[in-house]
Amino acid sequence: MDEGLVLDRVCVSKGAVPLLSVDATVAPGEVLTLMGPSGSGKSTLLGVVMGALAPPFRASGRVMLDGRDLSGLAPEARRVGILYQNPLLFPHLDVATNLAFGLPRGGRRAERRATVAAALEEIDLGGFGARDPATLSGGQAARVALMRVLLSRPRALLLDEPFSKLDAGLREQMRALVFGRARAAGVPMLLVTHDEADAEAAGGRIVRL
Amino acid sequence: MLRPLPLLTALVLAGPVAFGLVGAVLPAMGYMVPGFDPEGPSPMRLALIWPGFPRALAVSVLSGVLSTLGALAVAALILAGWHGTRAFDWLERALSPLLAVPHAAAALGLAFLIAPSGWIGRLPAAALGWTRAPDLLILNDPWGLSLTAGLIAKELPFLLLMMLAALPQAGAGPRMAVARSLGQGRIAGWLKAVFPSVYVQVRLPVLVVLVFGMTNVDVAVILGPSTPVTLAVQVTRWMTDPDLASRAVAAAAGLLLFAAVLGVLAAWLAAERGLGVAGRAWVWSGRGAPERLARGAGIVLAGGSAAMVLAGVAALAVWSVAARWSYPDLLPEALTRRSWLRFGPDMAATALDTMAIALAATGVSLVLVIGCLEAEHRFGLTLGQRALWLLYLPLLVPQVAFLPGLQLLPLSLGLGPSIWLVLAGHVVFVLPYVFLSLSGPFRAWEGRLARVAAGLGASRNRTLWRLRLPMLTGALLTAAAIGLAVSVGQYLPTLLLGGGRVTTLATEAVALSSGGDRRAIGVWGLGQAGAALLPFALALVVPAVLFRNRRGMRHG
Repeated sequence: MDEGLVLDRVCVSKGAVPLLSVDATVAPGEVLTLMGPSGSGKSTLLGVVMGALAPPFRASGRVMLDGRDLSGLAPEARRVGILYQNPLLFPHLDVATNLAFGLPRGGRRAERRATVAAALEEIDLGGFGARDPATLSGGQAARVALMRVLLSRPRALLLDEPFSKLDAGLREQMRALVFGRARAAGVPMLLVTHDEADAEAAGGRIVRL
Repeated sequence: MLRPLPLLTALVLAGPVAFGLVGAVLPAMGYMVPGFDPEGPSPMRLALIWPGFPRALAVSVLSGVLSTLGALAVAALILAGWHGTRAFDWLERALSPLLAVPHAAAALGLAFLIAPSGWIGRLPAAALGWTRAPDLLILNDPWGLSLTAGLIAKELPFLLLMMLAALPQAGAGPRMAVARSLGQGRIAGWLKAVFPSVYVQVRLPVLVVLVFGMTNVDVAVILGPSTPVTLAVQVTRWMTDPDLASRAVAAAAGLLLFAAVLGVLAAWLAAERGLGVAGRAWVWSGRGAPERLARGAGIVLAGGSAAMVLAGVAALAVWSVAARWSYPDLLPEALTRRSWLRFGPDMAATALDTMAIALAATGVSLVLVIGCLEAEHRFGLTLGQRALWLLYLPLLVPQVAFLPGLQLLPLSLGLGPSIWLVLAGHVVFVLPYVFLSLSGPFRAWEGRLARVAAGLGASRNRTLWRLRLPMLTGALLTAAAIGLAVSVGQYLPTLLLGGGRVTTLATEAVALSSGGDRRAIGVWGLGQAGAALLPFALALVVPAVLFRNRRGMRHG
């Protein structure tokens, strides 16, 4: 019924200056792309959905996720995953422990290990579990970051220019992987980008700010 | 002119420590001490058979380890639970000046609060109408718990500010965003994702706190147990004993304490690994933390310890102007200038001596530090990665281990204790803090300005004197204020290297603590706190006045 991510007349302002307003519904597996110059408040809108709005910014309106009103919920209770242009793997943990970080509670230790090992196989990094994340290539790290967020079983996925730091060749692979995976998981996506090609590959609606 | 400075600085840091340890080992083995009986038991044995030894060592280790764990835990909880909130900003503002309050003054203030007849004890007494203070051994308790609490309150601001400075490099902001979007709460997410990187950066300061906790003398004299005292205090007693033979025992006991410190450091490093393993197991389990409880504990403990130190300083102030103040009244019957008229002139004279030593030690340190940093900039001359360890060396080797040797060795060469030896001793402890404070801003200075100046025909010296140093006025004054505060707080170097003949606010304040004249303690304690705080106030005000018409020189 209310599945997906709903931005219900969300307006973002910086102090008294209005930056943007969005009114949109993103169905499970769909992508909504936000394009606009820097400073237009795109990333701030992601902050509103995550629940991490910095003080000079303010937001009105509601964000609904699968029928739940997210306003006032702590970021960790929202089940909203995010991918940045940096993979932001935790440098003190090995690759497998990075993947285990967001794994919801439950299951036995051996089962959790098996889940992580299987996830590594899926992104062609089988046997990489004990590696230091700093030794991964850019593409490998990006895949681990994607798998880490998917393992946390998010109900929505935010993409903050996630492909902008990758080489041209890798970029297409990652686009296919991210959109394909998230679509298969039935997760609504909000993509913020400068790159027209990202928007095209996403294939969803485009909002220009 | 500039090239030998890095080497000279290294010698200033490492020389006295090495010299002092040699000077302690020889007497500990029975050499070099007049009046020591070579036929009798060795000094090492005499130290070990002192009846208080096991307990004194146990309390030293216990108070050091517990206070470090406590301060580290509270600092981590408050950062994890409250960083970025308004409550945190408020707490940071309250804690920052406390960093400058010398250990002795803070401890004297705390003693005024927690003694059975102190301010806190008077609250129930006034309400219930007690006429005598309860006979409780709260202060100077035999297991050093009040000492531990005092050390936590005093070291918390230090560790908190060090950790705060480490947050940007640990990428705390983005990491927390990721951790929370992955379903971790504030506390759990911070401890799992941010703390390990922050800890790596503050490990040396943490070890400094650990060593200081185990081996400090001034706080332990005021808040620590009395029968027996902590081992560091006993070493100091032997050192100041009129019987010269006791000094060999002091040197031996100082080395034993040093050995214990090395053992505890090794255990601490092993525990770090254990904690790392436990932390990874926690990440794998997916479990969270008791968020509300941990956040509540963080704010209560940090706020409470800030309030305790502030209230302690307030207690010093009130006692210094108290007329009759009988138990259990919460405030004195009247205020009077009598104590200030009586003790003020002496205190002021000693304050001038203290500031003279502090200014000299800080001046020497600034010259060495600026010389080192400029040599690094011009010739790429550095002491390498080990420089940081070298800088921390005088802070990681306990003062009670090498200061006795630093007194005994020159003595055997015919050099008695003197103000010059005191000054040299202060430089050893002031220099690291001045370096740590100034190196960041100095290295971050916009280097292109130097190239513009060179293009305009300015020599490198002119660039240093007319551009770099003036632009770094704020940072220089802050470094100087830190140096002055460190010098004003030095108790043991002044006492031992001055042979009791050089008095500063620190030695006088600690000496008074056993006397029990609260009004005198109030005046002297407040004097010491003021001498350390005043430079910080100047360091804030002077650049604001100097650059009032220069918007580019203002920060945030």
